Amino acid sequence: MTADVGSSPTVSHGTPAPGRSAEVRKLDRVVIRFAGDSGDGMQLTGDRFTSEAAAFGNDLATLPNFPAEIRAPQGTLPGVSSFQLHFADYDILTPGDRPDVLVAMNPAALKANLGDLPPGGTLIVNTDEFTKRNLAKVGYDGDPLEDGSLEAYTVHRVAMATLTKGALEETGLTKKDAERAKNMFALGLLSWMYHRPTEGTERFLREKFAKKPDIAEANILAFRAGWNFGETTESFAVTYEVAPAALPTGTYRQITGNTALAYGIVAAGQLASLPVFLGSYPITPASDVLHELARHKNFGVTTFQAEDEIAGVGAALGASFGGALGVTTTSGPGLALKSETIGLAVMTELPLLVCDIQRGGPSTGLPTKTEQADLLQAMFGRNGEAPLPIIAPCSPADCFDAAVEAARIALTYRTPVLLLSDGYIANGSEPWLVPTVDELPPIEVGFATEPNAPDGSGEFWPYLRDPETLARPWAVPGTPGLEHRIGGLEKAEGKGNISYDPDNHDRMVRIRQAKVDGVAVPDVEVDDPTGDADLLVVGWGSTYGPIGAACRRVRRLGMTIAHAHLRHLNPLPGNLGDVLRRYRRVVVPEMNLGQLAMLLRARYLVDAISHTKVAGLPFKAEELQGVFTEIIKGVAA
Amino acid sequence: MTAIDLGLPEIGGLAGVPTTDARQTAKDFTSDQEVRWCPGCGDYAILAAVRSFLPELGLRRENIVFVSGIGCSSRFPYYMNTYGMHSIHGRAPSIATGLSVSRPDLSVWVVTGDGDALSIGGNHLVHALRRNVNLKILLFNNRIYGLTKGQYSPTSEVGKVTKSTPMGSLDHPFNPISLALGAEGTFVARALDSDRKQLTEVLRAAAEHRGTALVEIYQNCPIFNDGAFDVLKEAGERERRIIPLRHGEPIRFGADGEYGVVRDAATGVLQVRKVAEVGEDAVVVHDATLDDPSYAFALSRLGGQDLDHTVTGVFRSVSRPSYDDLARTQVDEAKAAKPADLGALLRGKDTWTVA
Repeated sequence: MTADVGSSPTVSHGTPAPGRSAEVRKLDRVVIRFAGDSGDGMQLTGDRFTSEAAAFGNDLATLPNFPAEIRAPQGTLPGVSSFQLHFADYDILTPGDRPDVLVAMNPAALKANLGDLPPGGTLIVNTDEFTKRNLAKVGYDGDPLEDGSLEAYTVHRVAMATLTKGALEETGLTKKDAERAKNMFALGLLSWMYHRPTEGTERFLREKFAKKPDIAEANILAFRAGWNFGETTESFAVTYEVAPAALPTGTYRQITGNTALAYGIVAAGQLASLPVFLGSYPITPASDVLHELARHKNFGVTTFQAEDEIAGVGAALGASFGGALGVTTTSGPGLALKSETIGLAVMTELPLLVCDIQRGGPSTGLPTKTEQADLLQAMFGRNGEAPLPIIAPCSPADCFDAAVEAARIALTYRTPVLLLSDGYIANGSEPWLVPTVDELPPIEVGFATEPNAPDGSGEFWPYLRDPETLARPWAVPGTPGLEHRIGGLEKAEGKGNISYDPDNHDRMVRIRQAKVDGVAVPDVEVDDPTGDADLLVVGWGSTYGPIGAACRRVRRLGMTIAHAHLRHLNPLPGNLGDVLRRYRRVVVPEMNLGQLAMLLRARYLVDAISHTKVAGLPFKAEELQGVFTEIIKGVAA
Repeated sequence: MTAIDLGLPEIGGLAGVPTTDARQTAKDFTSDQEVRWCPGCGDYAILAAVRSFLPELGLRRENIVFVSGIGCSSRFPYYMNTYGMHSIHGRAPSIATGLSVSRPDLSVWVVTGDGDALSIGGNHLVHALRRNVNLKILLFNNRIYGLTKGQYSPTSEVGKVTKSTPMGSLDHPFNPISLALGAEGTFVARALDSDRKQLTEVLRAAAEHRGTALVEIYQNCPIFNDGAFDVLKEAGERERRIIPLRHGEPIRFGADGEYGVVRDAATGVLQVRKVAEVGEDAVVVHDATLDDPSYAFALSRLGGQDLDHTVTGVFRSVSRPSYDDLARTQVDEAKAAKPADLGALLRGKDTWTVA
């Protein structure tokens, strides 16, 4: 029912594994959601289960979902934090629409998440929190564990806090401290249910609490207690196996989008043999990129936590002027503050990488939720004609390649480049086929070293251009004979002095546009297995997974559908116009009110259907499947 | 080379910047661009002073960078034959910070005005000062907005009648020196555009300072605020009003040195008194190297909006590690501790292989 392919999970019945009391069933995929209070450690629990699935060789995708408040009032609906994990024995594209298993640590978590659990789903509840007071807090009149309202589900009632406290009785920890390890009890239980390896988690806990060995041991004890609870009690009749996925050969690791983005930035510096300078101001959900880069100074990475967003990009641009790879990371509101400096980078034609990890807007909006509503801000959000290349990664792992590609364009064309990630892929994770460093092509920078005046005067003209790329020379301070001044005022073509000449301005505006229009981008590939689809789905950025999963479902229903996903939003791929005209209908699903659709309609005069949702969460494959099949039926009719 | 012996730290402001033995003159620092300030603008005198003092530093011209914001003064980089960036309003300190951190071999100067530095760019200024980035900030203060044609600025006196304040301005002005000292600036000085000798001395000391040096320069705008500092230039008035600071010397002024700065024993407040009345021993001996900024702050409070007194010279020059030096040290230490193995970084700790 929730599989990417539109089928029920494949189930094969088996006998108990050696040394195991419960029956073992083989599944091809499972979606688990851990839900609890913000203080319950659900993100950590989910992360650990993900690592175990990754280490086991499953394909996986994750969806963390948490409130903006660090500790919203305990036990309330706004305070619920959850982590959804989809793991499978084949390649999957999304974290799953609905969980097969819901772990609810308190009544609020149950109430907030139960609606997503399909009938027949498994519900594991921490009964200790189901007190009258906690139930009343979230508006339950009775106890759902007792009143029969959960009959549609397979419910496991487990007194996790009590059992954890019991397991830790002899550690000398206070009851309160002991109870805090109940998330590890839940993890242990789930690890037992799904035959997950455990060594990694125990090693992780020892490292995480290296300075507090008693806490490390307590968590490990709780983790084992959860495992043993599953093994020794008879409440769980069945355990499940999900075999490793048959992914392309190579070395894999699990990675989040923000980590992959940070690694891409480090790699770009190495490939270009340039120091990296990150100027940044903390903002959700981009701060993790700053945190990650701050740990890698040994790669010649300088991280500067500026006094504000403007100073962050300003310092990055200053570093670029000095010959570094200048980078700034932010989210929508921060991008708004940076626009004037990005305009200066357009005018001074200096390399600059601007990463916008989009979140719900406008204004402060939904800081911890996802959205892709900054496309037009990226495209047009500056005064004057200020074009710049825009790139959007389509998955967590793709953030690495997108960052390297964005830096390559910035350095090659001497231009600011905007990279549009979003909260969904920034915090989500998936297996990543780790690239071989030697196979990554180097980035040629080519600083100017000599005067270049075509008139033989021996002068340096900072705005003389490479005829191929239209890039201007990058002459860094310290280079003798190339002293020059740049700035935000309009430049005379070639010489680069201030110019108020009307014709020169018209020419320069067009040259800057032509430079960006001429950035080499690969043709967009169309996934159209039968080659005779009537409907083309065009997406960009993080909707890749849900759109791809929905297309698989549509095809399983015997219909044809094509999918083209845009990585380059500016300039758009050269073949896009032809691709759009090849199909009878075009639909553009976006987590905004139709921003790409507007661009496509304006640029190609194509009557694209815009399907939009701005709920702070990614599309569900099921929902898109419905939209696509409706359109296909309409075309046929 | 330092004209004023301030007991500067061993590491100078220009350490790491390549020097040249070639003889340089002001002409070498003059670009081919026509200077387009209004006739009589105080900026001309400052430009001339900078061009003619830079050769003394003996730096390679290509290793000097001027970064400016927006405003009349911010056109400055175009007129210098060095590297330069005319950036955006108020943001020069941030751009210069990125440049300074990434390039220890550059002498980085920021040219800004009272609107640019204290209004739209106030945040960046105080944070540059608190971090102590190795920047030399020249704040041209003409107490008016010039480029936008004559609105009051954050240093205009209360009641200033301008186009935007026909009934007089309401807001209390900043004292840039007090502000810089409040941010614990490690080098804070003031000079007048018309006093070439003192301006040059202060610029020299600023160049030699490791960290952020803020130099406020009173500058006349002949179009929109003409004569704002005339009282500090008129013979008779000048001597009575200007209190010049010299490190290690008693703070005395007046045509015959008849005035001195003394400390009120009860309140610690600095005051101007006649030396004849209080005795020479009561006169405060200037010490720019005091770590506690309170003394320099007290000096900055002598005189008000009406320029009844104006303290000039170096208020404070203390040694504190500069942000850019510390940031580079962290990178160097990280490099020494761990080789840059990109493959190892990408693989991380937990990998699995699909065969």
